[in-house]
Amino acid sequence: MRSTVNKVLIQGNRVIGEAAIRAGCRFYAGYPITPQNELTEYMSENLRKVEGGTFIQGESEIASINMVLGAAAAGARAMTSSSSPGISLKQEGISALAADELPALIVNIMRGGPGLGNILPSQGDYFQATKGGGHGDYKVIVLAPASVQELADLTMDGFDLADKYRNPVMILADGMIGQMMEPVVFKEPKPRKYNECYKLNGAGTGRCRLIRGLILDALEMEEHNWKLYRKYQLIIRKEVRCESYMTEDADLVVVAYGTAARIAKGAIKRSREQGHKVGLIRPITLWPFPYEILKEASRKVENFLVFEMSTGQMLEDVKLALEGSRKINFYGRPGGVVPTPAEFAKIIAQQFKENNIEPEPV
Amino acid sequence: MKKVFSRPKSLKETVFHYCPGCGHSIVHRLVAEVIDELGIRGTTIGVPPAGCAVLAYNYFDIDMLEAPHGRGCAVATGVKRVLPDRIVFSYQGDGDLAAIGTAETLHAANRGENITVIFINNAVYGMTGGQMAPTTILGQKTTTSGPGRTPALDGHPIKMSEILANLGGTTYIERCAVTSPAKIIQAKRALKKAFQYQIDGKGFSMIEVLSSCPTNWKMTAPDSCKWVEEVMTKEFPLGVIKDLQG
Repeated sequence: MRSTVNKVLIQGNRVIGEAAIRAGCRFYAGYPITPQNELTEYMSENLRKVEGGTFIQGESEIASINMVLGAAAAGARAMTSSSSPGISLKQEGISALAADELPALIVNIMRGGPGLGNILPSQGDYFQATKGGGHGDYKVIVLAPASVQELADLTMDGFDLADKYRNPVMILADGMIGQMMEPVVFKEPKPRKYNECYKLNGAGTGRCRLIRGLILDALEMEEHNWKLYRKYQLIIRKEVRCESYMTEDADLVVVAYGTAARIAKGAIKRSREQGHKVGLIRPITLWPFPYEILKEASRKVENFLVFEMSTGQMLEDVKLALEGSRKINFYGRPGGVVPTPAEFAKIIAQQFKENNIEPEPV
Repeated sequence: MKKVFSRPKSLKETVFHYCPGCGHSIVHRLVAEVIDELGIRGTTIGVPPAGCAVLAYNYFDIDMLEAPHGRGCAVATGVKRVLPDRIVFSYQGDGDLAAIGTAETLHAANRGENITVIFINNAVYGMTGGQMAPTTILGQKTTTSGPGRTPALDGHPIKMSEILANLGGTTYIERCAVTSPAKIIQAKRALKKAFQYQIDGKGFSMIEVLSSCPTNWKMTAPDSCKWVEEVMTKEFPLGVIKDLQG
């Protein structure tokens, strides 16, 4: 059952569905994969009840993303969702969406990998999400929520960003956020701004239109690549989102996103009680990455600790941001291991000891 | 003087890039004639494939959306579900429809999507230079079946029309050829019926067209037509395979 009230206690996977419907999503195609099935189920139950809403359980992830491509070209707010191995299969279609400059929302509720991996929360798909993922010179806007509330907000924002830049947008969360329940207040969705001229709906009496990715002429293809590049540069300038938490007086800054950032926050509260002046920089957009914000922070902070539920992927972007000017340590738990805030607080304490930073008297 | 032959309005004034003797040009023209005759030029959206016919978007004067290789039926599904009152067709070759896109084709057909699929079967991969197709017939030499297609090594030619006819979701399946005026007229009749069925909301139709590829078959155009009629049609018999409304 859909909830019509604005404040609800709801599971992460289901909140994506509800936020999407409220944001005007009218097309969903997806293929079952754990740990995101509740989203597919929510859409099957609820999207078909909405006027003009279509739910299709595709025969594969590849079929689903290509259905989304068709629906997006026809002018619908369209989305698909999956988890890590399924997102690998969708890369063909994501590359095509980027080439065709079509808006769509793709949700990745990450699980352990590589290969089939497992069904536990993980952050091993950072490279795939932020560096393109499929073939060719392209970028996907990547939003990384750290709570169920933020999942609701970013789902709505994701559709707006996709329309604004006519580019695929990915929600990169993990099995932890997808599976947990939290109270959520739905914000009012913005009215859709999408020029009718981009919708392929038959030529009428006018000139025919074409949406394609195949451009055989080298110079024409080059210009298309530069056109996309200029768009990506604009996104880098305009759309970086990042949260800074207790960084003002910090001797050590943790850099983490999504579930890892949430764990880090809990740990930071404990560490602060022990006099450790530690803060958090949490990228919300993983692409575009907040390079400038990290660089700015490095003017005041000596020590950085990157924490990911992987063997170290965002770590490379932090290194790029700091350009070797600061010491960066890394703590990673890949494969579906989710450390507790108490465990991570111990890692923070160790950092203070190793770097000879005196804790403040409590 | 009475004008008896002119360019269909749904075709642009562009010269086809297709090789002499290739069936694509004929089928393109037939599809355009049908679109004109049904008066659906302004409401039709075409989905070209990967392969020689990807450049169909240079020829049809209608809205077109290119599909990744094999995904025509999935892309067409997305378009048609969002715009159920538009006429949506997917135009695909044998590698596209019967190898890499088998799943998308079969499941769109099984769901009974109200779309029209035009399936060009020339028993070879054309654009990539003549490799073995899923529909390459036994003994046929290609660049990847040098001694001729051998069942033990390469499997058998796949009969998509017969397979799809067995599915509950399909309404109309016919196999045609474009090797003689009579067969071309029959192919046009089939294409028109398939589009009309879609207009009437009757569900999934596919017209398979046996088509020549003189370049990759290494034959003259007349010999290619002869090969279609004498060899290919033995493996792929012409005619109506399913017509629920007929």
